[in-house]
Amino acid sequence: MSWLHTTMNSTLGKKVLMALTGLFLILFLVIHLLGNLQLLLPDQGAAFNIYAHNMASNPLIRVVSILNFAFILTHVVYSIVLTRLNKNARPVGYAVPNKKSAWASRNMGILGTIILLFIIIHLKGFWYELKFGKVPFVEIDGIMMKNGFALVQAAYSNPIYSLIYVIAMVFLGFHLSHGFQSAFQTLGLNHNKYTTFIKKTGLAFSILIPGLFAMIPIIMYLKSIT
Amino acid sequence: MEEKRNYTLKIWRQKDANDKGGFVTYPLNDISTDMSFLEMIDVLNEKLIADGQEPVHFDHDCREGICGMCSMVINGKPHGPKDAITTCQLHMRSFDHGVTITVEPWRAKAFPVIRDLVVDRTSFDRIIQAGGYVSVNTGGVPDANEIPIPKKIADDAFDAATCIGCGACVAACKNASAMLFVSAKISQLAMLPQGKVERASRAEDMIAQMDEEGFGACTNTGACSAVCPKEISLEHIARMNREYFTAKFTAKKS
Ligand code: HEM
Ligand code: FES
Repeated sequence: MSWLHTTMNSTLGKKVLMALTGLFLILFLVIHLLGNLQLLLPDQGAAFNIYAHNMASNPLIRVVSILNFAFILTHVVYSIVLTRLNKNARPVGYAVPNKKSAWASRNMGILGTIILLFIIIHLKGFWYELKFGKVPFVEIDGIMMKNGFALVQAAYSNPIYSLIYVIAMVFLGFHLSHGFQSAFQTLGLNHNKYTTFIKKTGLAFSILIPGLFAMIPIIMYLKSIT
Repeated sequence: MEEKRNYTLKIWRQKDANDKGGFVTYPLNDISTDMSFLEMIDVLNEKLIADGQEPVHFDHDCREGICGMCSMVINGKPHGPKDAITTCQLHMRSFDHGVTITVEPWRAKAFPVIRDLVVDRTSFDRIIQAGGYVSVNTGGVPDANEIPIPKKIADDAFDAATCIGCGACVAACKNASAMLFVSAKISQLAMLPQGKVERASRAEDMIAQMDEEGFGACTNTGACSAVCPKEISLEHIARMNREYFTAKFTAKKS
């Protein structure tokens, strides 16, 4: 399989890994958002808790969750590898910078690093706490389950914490504003019949998805102070 | 109407590949707006020679936008502020009276500076040698149009073939990536029947050579296409990616 190693180790191969893992993460964002929007239902978190409970006990979801971690790691590792390779390709820089491209496209590494910091804060605050921390239990339909809703509610009643979430979503939006359409180009999908559609979808996606994510802490914070 | 203008030039001077180099500032007055950018540097060089100084070395050949030799980053943009032209086609009327103009060489590890604004672009030649050709049997002269090619495909292949290999794409790319150049060279042949025979090995070999030369990867920023004097499209990079992975996953191991 040395041919496969050579292929994936080429500049093109490394980029394909970025694109595939990036697209998987995009898909994950949609599923994650649909689940989380249940936090806003007026049911004291019952729907959200049942959903989280079922997710935690579903073996298929466990596999997907491990894959998700592996893909984030691959995406991050290759972003470092590529950034170093790209920096090495120009040892001496220009006195006058070139601005003939979108800002986000030139700063994917910075945007990604901020997203990574956010992912760490996010995992520590919710994923780790739910899995290993002391979370109160709640009984719904006769089943005892962890009250994840209470955890989230407590976290978002802190304005600083909510603000971190909202700001992180802005950076995610910029990352996606370039990343979404870029992934298709990397996979060779550029064609005058559908590229305009991909670019428009990418723009809508990068506003809509982070926007809806950001709405959750905003609304829950506002609820906590009224 | 012709006008005379004054400029301050900030030009990169470097004795050889090992010299650290640095900017030198030259005031230059009474430059005709009808002059090309290279003619303006000719005027500067005449002055430098008259003063017993070393003239500014720069690459040029055809001075009509077809050879791709002229290579300067002018105020941060390869080939200067205008779109779809080379430096030799740029005129001084594009620069206001009294401005400072910064001139730098192409910057890339694979394009080492030889002297001042002259860089070594033989890495491009080695990529072409790796597969940017078609092997034809020399025999009798074939009839014209013996191989029918649809107009649309001929046009697309021709668009790719307009690449003059100047290297502005590399110079503009934040990663000093050669993808636009290599993709144009792969595309122009991959689309035509004569080039299809070797399309798999061509994609594999040219991309292997491109990586070996130390060019960067593609972040799809589009800066390359934006500065390309021939406006080569990113569609060719997507085609190159398809050619490469199709070759890698379907062609026999060599
Ligand atoms: C939910 C999280 C994320 C999503 C959905 C995402 C998505 C994407 C997508 C779709 C691309 C385009 C791939 C291509 O050009 O073919 C991309 C590129 C990139 N991502 Fe992410 N990403 C995420 C997190 C991160 C993180 C945490 C980092 C780094 C620490 C990162 C660093 C990068 C870099 C540097 C690129 C550009 C690579 C290049 O073309 O040179 N991303 N991302
Ligand atoms: S000198 Fe030939 S393209 Fe400019």
